[in-house]
Amino acid sequence: MLINTTSGLIDETLLEKKTGIINNEIEHTTWVEYWFEGELVHRSAHVTLKQPVCAFGAAEKIGG
Amino acid sequence: MANVPAFCTQAKADFMNGLHALGASVIRAGTTKDTLYAALYLVTGSRGAGDTVYNNTGELAGTGNYTQGGMAVTTANGPAVASGKAYFTPSASLVWSALTSSAAFDAVLIYNYTSTTKLAISVHTFGSQSIVAGTFTLTMPTNNETTGLIRIE
Repeated sequence: MLINTTSGLIDETLLEKKTGIINNEIEHTTWVEYWFEGELVHRSAHVTLKQPVCAFGAAEKIGG
Repeated sequence: MANVPAFCTQAKADFMNGLHALGASVIRAGTTKDTLYAALYLVTGSRGAGDTVYNNTGELAGTGNYTQGGMAVTTANGPAVASGKAYFTPSASLVWSALTSSAAFDAVLIYNYTSTTKLAISVHTFGSQSIVAGTFTLTMPTNNETTGLIRIE
């Protein structure tokens, strides 16, 4: 498989591949890096958000 | 049954749909939904609740196949209500292809592209990322009252 890199398309077999996962309450993330002769030539990441943003509505009784 | 003070659940979704204006508002051009955009910000971007409109301060540079202003957000599903909450989630992932980020980034601003001033809606953060000749995909959480991306509870 050919990988898009900073030096153009390079066959994956010629590259060193590193992968990682981050999984916490905020996100589930996977990433992949390809290195060629000690240089990072490709890095992709896929972040899945877990943490929403919320507004809290309230209606107060009158004359409490 | 006793009366109880409440922020009516449907009203929460109606606010999301722009059906209430409790202060001075704007004349809308039509009844269609607004177009939302998403822009990426550097880890030094200082984005947060104080944002009022989109601007490019702290945004990724317009290099490496990134266009400042970001990209359109797919919004096939309008706000919904359940369990006393209103919620909304973009209906597709955001994908930047063939990207080389100008520096590390960790936030996305979702804003109203239709509004004249590009009103800010929400900021979402994640672990710092740098992309090199690659793809950055931002996938949304499940669209429900518990995990929906934007909620009024």
